[in-house]
Amino acid sequence: MLRLDKTETWLLAATVILLTAGFLLPSWLTFILTLAFAKALVVQGVVIQMRAGLVSFGQGLFFCIGGYAVGMGGAFLDVHDVFALIGLGVAVAVGVAAIIGLLMTRYRDIFFAMLSLALSMILFGVIVKNPTLGSTDGFNVHAPTLLGWAPQGQEQKLAIFVLTVLIAGGLALALNRYMKSGLGGVNEAIKENEIRVEFLGLSPRWILYANYLFAAGISAVGGALTALATGHVDPEMAFWTTSGEFVFIALLGGTTHVAAPFVAAVLFALVRTYALELAPHSWQMILGFVLLAIIIFLPKGLWSLVAGKRRAAA
Amino acid sequence: MRRTTSRIVPTAVALAASLAFAAPALAADNGKFRIGVVTFLSGGAAGPFGVPSLNGAKVLVDALNEGKLPAPYNLKGINGVEIETVIVDENGGATKQVEEFRNLAERHKVDAVIGYISSGDCLAIAPVAEELKMPTVFFDCGTSRLFEENKAPTYVFRTGLDAAIDNIGAARYLVDSGRKLDSVASIQQNYAWGHDSWADFSAAIQQLKPGVKVATEQLPKLFQGQYGAEISAISVSRPDVIHSSFWGGDMEALVLQGAARGLFDKRAAVLTCGESALDRFKGQAPNGLILGARGPFGAFAPQNPLSDWFRTAYRGKNEIEPTYPAFKMAQAILGLKAAVEKTGAKPGTIPAKEAVAKSFKGLNFESVSGTVQMARAGGHQALQGIAYGEYSFDAKSGKATLANVRHYSGECVTPPDGTTAAAWIKAGFPGAQCK
Repeated sequence: MLRLDKTETWLLAATVILLTAGFLLPSWLTFILTLAFAKALVVQGVVIQMRAGLVSFGQGLFFCIGGYAVGMGGAFLDVHDVFALIGLGVAVAVGVAAIIGLLMTRYRDIFFAMLSLALSMILFGVIVKNPTLGSTDGFNVHAPTLLGWAPQGQEQKLAIFVLTVLIAGGLALALNRYMKSGLGGVNEAIKENEIRVEFLGLSPRWILYANYLFAAGISAVGGALTALATGHVDPEMAFWTTSGEFVFIALLGGTTHVAAPFVAAVLFALVRTYALELAPHSWQMILGFVLLAIIIFLPKGLWSLVAGKRRAAA
Repeated sequence: MRRTTSRIVPTAVALAASLAFAAPALAADNGKFRIGVVTFLSGGAAGPFGVPSLNGAKVLVDALNEGKLPAPYNLKGINGVEIETVIVDENGGATKQVEEFRNLAERHKVDAVIGYISSGDCLAIAPVAEELKMPTVFFDCGTSRLFEENKAPTYVFRTGLDAAIDNIGAARYLVDSGRKLDSVASIQQNYAWGHDSWADFSAAIQQLKPGVKVATEQLPKLFQGQYGAEISAISVSRPDVIHSSFWGGDMEALVLQGAARGLFDKRAAVLTCGESALDRFKGQAPNGLILGARGPFGAFAPQNPLSDWFRTAYRGKNEIEPTYPAFKMAQAILGLKAAVEKTGAKPGTIPAKEAVAKSFKGLNFESVSGTVQMARAGGHQALQGIAYGEYSFDAKSGKATLANVRHYSGECVTPPDGTTAAAWIKAGFPGAQCK
């Protein structure tokens, strides 16, 4: 039988609690949570690469591909099933990543960051120049169905919330296994000293390549879920500020634990929406100060609060 | 490896915190008519559009709450109920706007939403407004796709005009003013607004004056600010007319830089959004520059008791003349007030949202820009005329006015229902009634 470690038990419990909460919380809050979890999946893609020492400033590329796959699948291919649309997004994203990954994995540090940013801005430019895709205005996503069931209004939002929580929970479990496996450990070794890893008989490049593909896939899932929830896609998804936000949330949460991006994404969304309410003219400043405070006082991210306590207790 | 952790503690904390925050907002059903006002308060569109429109909203809402408006709007607030606004910054992209729209509807429990300048935001919000059954008035966004894609709206209304009208009007003005018109140069910001504006204008001018040549098409990126290369390219191509849908700081920069290099000396230039900077040019724009206000707004608004009152009240608070975004915002609020009061609900009560939507449909109401008929898109889109005029600066008084103004009626420049703007232009404006 499959044995669960402590983190996995907690992850499962959190998934169940969130599913129940979905039926109790006001719908505006479940909507914020849906978007936050979808965004957190992209952040997981950033974190996987960050653990191996690569900072992607262009994860918006795959986020956008996932979103547009949902939009275009409905508008041009007449595909409306949620699972088919998400699958389509993942397939396209991984396909694209398989090609550009060959180039990307040759670069490190700032060169990797800048090149990833450049590639996502190319997609942005292509979409902006394309009037059939609505240029900068984007276009609406057709109402999706779940295995033949076509929920409406409130029901539909709830269905997408449940779907997001289930997918996020499942992927979190998988990521946790990966992080704790031998291969996951090699990522840290690559970050520390790539040459040594090579002398141990492993190929850092192909491990990074695998990471890149996985990050692309998981980001596309995030993009697809975002598109399904908001019902609209626009090229802003591939813009560098969107990618920057993912990196930011990654740093906010910290890279040590699989749950950190989820917590950070939820916190980010809540701080932003309440800052907007409290100070409609200067909400960016509140957001900035909160984030600055976290960087100054918790340089290892929010998760250091939890991890630090554990260590102190042990 | 040490197994640190739990996810539940922080998640629970976050959820508890959000519920604690949420509680007061849910409890605030205070009997006031609550309107969500969404407009740009930060970013490039805040200065020229967002802030003037918010100032317009403040002037109007304060005066309505004090019952100071001229007839037929002398009933206090909306239907005798005091108005309360929830202000939201439109900056941050469509996804965030959808999130904030849901917050307005479900957390703030607003009775209606007025706002949105960006066409992308309007397209994203429209289906959500229908889903949440929230009366929503778009005051400014101009995309023709709004009602082409949401064919059967119930709760979504637009009191501003379709951007196609700006460009059909501009083409008519150029032709009717009898200018030399053999070639046209285009300079647009490189995004949907610029692309759509040029597509509509070039199609319309081809219809009205077949054989017009396109001298050059320049598409600098949004907020570029420096147009040296583009100005050179246009000057070299020697067009008779320049068309631009530039707005805000970009538009002012183009005018200042172009004027310094004599770009406007021997030719006409039409700026579809030019009126928003009428008082800001301060003589730095050349006389004869053709300006539009996206409808009969701002300096083009007719004189009537409402517009006189609005100009005086706006000047009193903001020390400058109201520009077209302020007029458009005022128009949206007046439309909503007229619709609510037409439901026949007892004064002092707030009618149901279904009733408001029903009475807004096909409504005729008095506005700061004259009478507005909600007569397109099945009664959801305002039908109004458009006007263009030439910038004319009097150095002595230091005041800018508009000369050679021409008005075109709504029926002359607006496609009838059932056809898209692009198709209507291409077919040669069938059914257009121009005096």
